[in-house]
Amino acid sequence: MKEIFARSLVVILILGGTLTVGLAWWLGQNDAVTLHARMPESGGWTPADLTVEAGQPLRLRLTSDDVLHGFALGQSDQPAVDVEPGRMTEVTLTFDRPGTYTFYCTRWCGPNHWRMRGTITVTGEEAEEPVAPPLYVQLGLDIDAAREAQVIPAENPSAKRGKELVEQLPIIQLPTYRTHSPEAAWQDLRSDPAAASFTDRQLWDVVAFIWQSNTTPQALAEAERLYAQNCAACHGESGGGDGIFNGGQAQVQDEAGGMPSGHETVAPTDFTDPVRMLSASPAVLQGKILRGGMGTGMPMWGSIFTEDQTWALVSYLYTFQFEEVR
Amino acid sequence: MNLLRLPLIKPLLRSRLPQFILVLLALAGFLLAILSGLFGTPVGSRNFGVVFVWIAWWAILMLVAVPFLGRGWCSICPIPAPGEWLQRGRILGPGRDSGDSGRRRSRETSDSIIPLNRRWPNRFRNIWLQNGSFLLVALFSTVILTQPRVTAVVLAAFLFVAVGTSLVFERRAFCRYLCPVGGFIGLYSQLAPVEVRVVDTAVCAAHTEKTCYTGSAGGYGCPWDVFPPGLVKNTYCGTCMECLRTCPHDNIAVNLRPFGADLPVARGRKLDEACKAFIMLGAAAVYAAVLLGPWGSLKLAAYSVGTLPWLAYAAAFLTLILLALPGLFWLTVWSGKRLSGSVRPMKELFVAQSYALVPLGLAAWVAFSLSFVFANFSYVLAALSDPFGWGWDLFGTAGLGWSPWLTGLTPFLQVGVLLGGFVWAALTSRKIAAEKADDAQALKLSVPVIAFCMAFTLALMGLLVA
Repeated sequence: MKEIFARSLVVILILGGTLTVGLAWWLGQNDAVTLHARMPESGGWTPADLTVEAGQPLRLRLTSDDVLHGFALGQSDQPAVDVEPGRMTEVTLTFDRPGTYTFYCTRWCGPNHWRMRGTITVTGEEAEEPVAPPLYVQLGLDIDAAREAQVIPAENPSAKRGKELVEQLPIIQLPTYRTHSPEAAWQDLRSDPAAASFTDRQLWDVVAFIWQSNTTPQALAEAERLYAQNCAACHGESGGGDGIFNGGQAQVQDEAGGMPSGHETVAPTDFTDPVRMLSASPAVLQGKILRGGMGTGMPMWGSIFTEDQTWALVSYLYTFQFEEVR
Repeated sequence: MNLLRLPLIKPLLRSRLPQFILVLLALAGFLLAILSGLFGTPVGSRNFGVVFVWIAWWAILMLVAVPFLGRGWCSICPIPAPGEWLQRGRILGPGRDSGDSGRRRSRETSDSIIPLNRRWPNRFRNIWLQNGSFLLVALFSTVILTQPRVTAVVLAAFLFVAVGTSLVFERRAFCRYLCPVGGFIGLYSQLAPVEVRVVDTAVCAAHTEKTCYTGSAGGYGCPWDVFPPGLVKNTYCGTCMECLRTCPHDNIAVNLRPFGADLPVARGRKLDEACKAFIMLGAAAVYAAVLLGPWGSLKLAAYSVGTLPWLAYAAAFLTLILLALPGLFWLTVWSGKRLSGSVRPMKELFVAQSYALVPLGLAAWVAFSLSFVFANFSYVLAALSDPFGWGWDLFGTAGLGWSPWLTGLTPFLQVGVLLGGFVWAALTSRKIAAEKADDAQALKLSVPVIAFCMAFTLALMGLLVA
């Protein structure tokens, strides 16, 4: 009798225990999608592509299989959440319109953190909203062309002094901001007879003021946050191209040929370098941010940042050249 | 003092039910560890398998079970249980009609399914294989300890090997000759303050059936292949209590005794056990350096299994444990022999003095375990509520963050334990040296060994505390 009891207990333990665990797992799945986060070298997001119908809630159970990650949806007000190792975080997303949305990691999880992205395809009968081409496309700019400023100021121009000059001499025709590089703007001013009495340094101050007047403190504050979260790891907190991941990007091979992408040989741009920065117009920088560096290791941010965020970031990048813009 | 004279103890130990329930609970935890390792989160700190095996179980084993109960864990270990049940064809006991006779039990009289009941080969009737299996696990331990899937595979492998061994060989051959854990538990069980012994050997001599070894309707013949009347050390006694059940003369005692009572016993000292002492001593030092030390490249090498740095690490590990440490100790003992003018053979002295490293080794392992057990124990509560990392919260503790315990006290405990281990080792060395020598000669013989133990203690103190 005791033996039968003991055998029953063993059977209950092995079969019952296994079935209970299996059932609990199955019940826990319900309608949620479990999204596993791993460092990009180990696979990134799994699954990386999700599909949901417009108007239907998409329940995600987020968990990290290695280090701390973050989850955010590009071009969205959805707050980022942390994805902790071995823990589940639930997020429910609902999309009003069809389209392709990008989700991405918001924590510096490793040298290839920037590659940790996935997409959510939202289906529906409603037509997708047409998207206007960005300014650099409209202008037909080759954003990969080499640019070097021929004229640079001896010291960082001052927006404050520039503002005083413009107020004293309002007759000067101020160049258009987004389509001009600072150097081009300075050249325009230099060739304006009305500004003949201005020194070179004063004209650089005026350029700094033009760049300041095309942004707001709020936009710069938002850009500062975005820069710290997304750009500083490579470009450095002070913009010097000396972030902690500078040169640390691992070689990433394509699936077919196994060839290195080559991005690891290109150093991040030094935003404190006037030769480079003063030759680039806001439209060029917008293009670089939207499209990415194409093989340089610089990721594309077009699907992550909103247009306002991108322009704010562009303005922020010039603060490494101009005093008092911030 | 015979604990069986205390009320309730004897019936509690004689009955199979309490032991069976404990084995069953341990088996449930063991299976859960395998399942969670295979199907749960790969994050070690959040996986029941890693947290419960390498933090909770290890803490209980090294800080409580081994120092105070010797092979107490072996008596409820779930790993050999399924194999043993299959081997015997029964779970609880031999039953009234079962004339179980251990090694001599025939296939015809056994209830078991595939009872080959082969005798374990004579050449392997030692712990050399256990030394090898421990080293094998130790070489991969950085991966095993941190990756739940690897932990699960290793645990499952233990289970399969144990079952397979039970189906082919008689008794608990896996525990006695193969288990990497059982090897060092046996070595350190010599220090425990409890022992299973016979009360009066004369009673055993007059008992012709020797049911403690051959088995009876009351219980099985010693599963550990030990002849209880011949027991002088704890090393190979699994404290399974079968002899208590089979002895018709009530001649078995569970004695409370001084710590380390087996160490001065000269009988049964062997080279394989001496080797185990070196392996354990060296492994404690290497683990302290790799797992707790500040050397990232060393950690990375130990973790990168199969790579060139790992091969270098493995070679260094084996060289240190199998050559450098024993070689140094050999020189130490040789110096003592020269100083004292002892005429005892060098090998005999070497093996005998190696037993002084048993308390030193246990102290090293306790101190090493203290480093991470308290610091990481908060993971246990979280893993208990969410063993698979699937988002469960069974006991409301899944959300608990990592919070180290007693970190201020730990270094003091470690220093105390290491110093205690050193003193114990020194006294043991002195006592062993005095076996066939006068006081002055014994002192000279043991001084180099004591110096060796002090150097090791200081080195480990540096690794763990400084």
